[in-house]
Amino acid sequence: MSDRVQDRAPPMAVAPPSWREKMEPWFFILPSVILLLAIGLYPVIYTLVASLQSWVMGMGPPSFGGLQNYAHAFTSSDFGHSVLRTLVLIVITLPIELALGMMIALALDSQNFLVLRRLLQICLVIPIAITPSVVGLLTQLMFNQQLGIINHLLGYIGIPALDWLGRPLSAYTTVLIVQIWEWTPFVALVLSAALSTVPQDIDEAAVLETERWWPRFRSIQLPFMWPGITAALVFQTAFTIKEFDMIYTIEKGGPGTATETAVMQIERMAFRGFDVGLAAAESILMLVLSILLARIYIRVFYREMD
Amino acid sequence: MSDLRAPLLRLLQAVGLVVTLLLILFPLYWMVTASLKTENDLFSMPPKWFFAPTLAAYADAIENTEVLGNLLNSVLVTVSAVALGLLVGAPAAYGIARYRFRGRRDVWFWYVTNWMLVPVVVLIPFYLTASWLGLINNPVVLILVYQVFIVPLVVWLLVDQFSAVPVALEEAAQLDGLSRVKIFLKISLPLVKPGIAVAAILSGIFAWNDMLYAFILTPSPDARTAPTVVLNYLGGYVIPWPQVMATSTMVCAPVIIGGIIVHKYIARGLTMGAVK
Repeated sequence: MSDRVQDRAPPMAVAPPSWREKMEPWFFILPSVILLLAIGLYPVIYTLVASLQSWVMGMGPPSFGGLQNYAHAFTSSDFGHSVLRTLVLIVITLPIELALGMMIALALDSQNFLVLRRLLQICLVIPIAITPSVVGLLTQLMFNQQLGIINHLLGYIGIPALDWLGRPLSAYTTVLIVQIWEWTPFVALVLSAALSTVPQDIDEAAVLETERWWPRFRSIQLPFMWPGITAALVFQTAFTIKEFDMIYTIEKGGPGTATETAVMQIERMAFRGFDVGLAAAESILMLVLSILLARIYIRVFYREMD
Repeated sequence: MSDLRAPLLRLLQAVGLVVTLLLILFPLYWMVTASLKTENDLFSMPPKWFFAPTLAAYADAIENTEVLGNLLNSVLVTVSAVALGLLVGAPAAYGIARYRFRGRRDVWFWYVTNWMLVPVVVLIPFYLTASWLGLINNPVVLILVYQVFIVPLVVWLLVDQFSAVPVALEEAAQLDGLSRVKIFLKISLPLVKPGIAVAAILSGIFAWNDMLYAFILTPSPDARTAPTVVLNYLGGYVIPWPQVMATSTMVCAPVIIGGIIVHKYIARGLTMGAVK
């Protein structure tokens, strides 16, 4: 991302940089690096060490256990399924959020319906701002089978009352729907900001050239939007992997473990199962997975800038 | 064909805008009206679209929980966390945007990686360390732990904003004899105000809304932040829904209002690497 500006290197130092000049950027950067080392890196190392221990709270002091926690994590179907549920959540919601977000961004970009567009622009902030644990509770209330407003509204168009939260598959579907509701506006905002970076003169020339929107979108707008799309992907993947509050307040990962994501499973293992070593190993595996995903996105989509 | 297509597209656009608006606003409407209903009104079938609003649920919520004190905790934690994040994050973004040095790319990627950090990785060590130091229920622990996502977010958003400030402007200031620090404070920082507003509101939203860290690190009823209050209600057999929704409305109102106030900066501040 930041390398896009490399061709515009600050021209201030012409002579070979002195020690002082070499250190100058670190003067600005160092405080945040120290802070993040303390609160970001220290816990990761702590977790890494804990993951190699046989450590169940209340069952004596930790002892070195080698890779047995990892072996356990890989063979645990509880953890495996929760990771799978998390990945499926990403794979299903991401393309939908991206497609809907793109449609909203394009609709906001045109000249018609000024009032509607302004109103929507303001309202897009709302789902992002609503506290996820409240979203979970609201879901419980609105998706209730007998008394929920959703089933009642669906009744108007002849759809029979669904048991949204009672069955594993439908509960998972409900989580998908709510996740999409919560985060599509954010994607729309990022894409909308990306769309605003399309240079006006180029865009106007394109509009003169063709009235159809597809060629204009493909060859003018889309190329300028890749950084925004990548950012949306990285953001959304992180949001989905980290999601806890909303799903937890819907029904604590239930029915059974039908909506339990990896983060929830690890939290349960650590704070209610008290198996710190195993939870730590699972956390490290999730960390590796999320770094891999971020790397892939940045590799694939920012490639053109190198 | 094409003259038919344009009005059709316009109709589609209008319908899309209206439907999106309704989908976004309806849950909010439902939450607020539920908080103003009695239990009978809330669960009457068919639903009551018109009802006599009452503030009884708010009175109950304030009486039965520590929600007011918890809201105050949230304000304290959120404001401090955002201030700290901006204090260390904004200079870092400037450093990355304005200097070319070895490891620049790695530093930037490291920030983004921290953004991806799964909370449990941080949570277990923080919990164990904080209990060891006797800092459970201390808001400082929350303020610190939120930097895990605030600093990366601030840096990510602001690198782009600082890069967009014309170098010529800073050169002119340098010729006038201003030091790099003064240039940063007096020239660049005021120019990236939209970015700072967006970074502040987004990190504020995420800090305010967090339940997971707060529920593990500040579990006692008076040390809690607002989003964990709603968990109180989940334990019981009967959930007093109007009261839950009243609490929810109080928890959400500050961030929704804050978000609406700064919304106009978002289009300029969320460019995420798209600035050439």
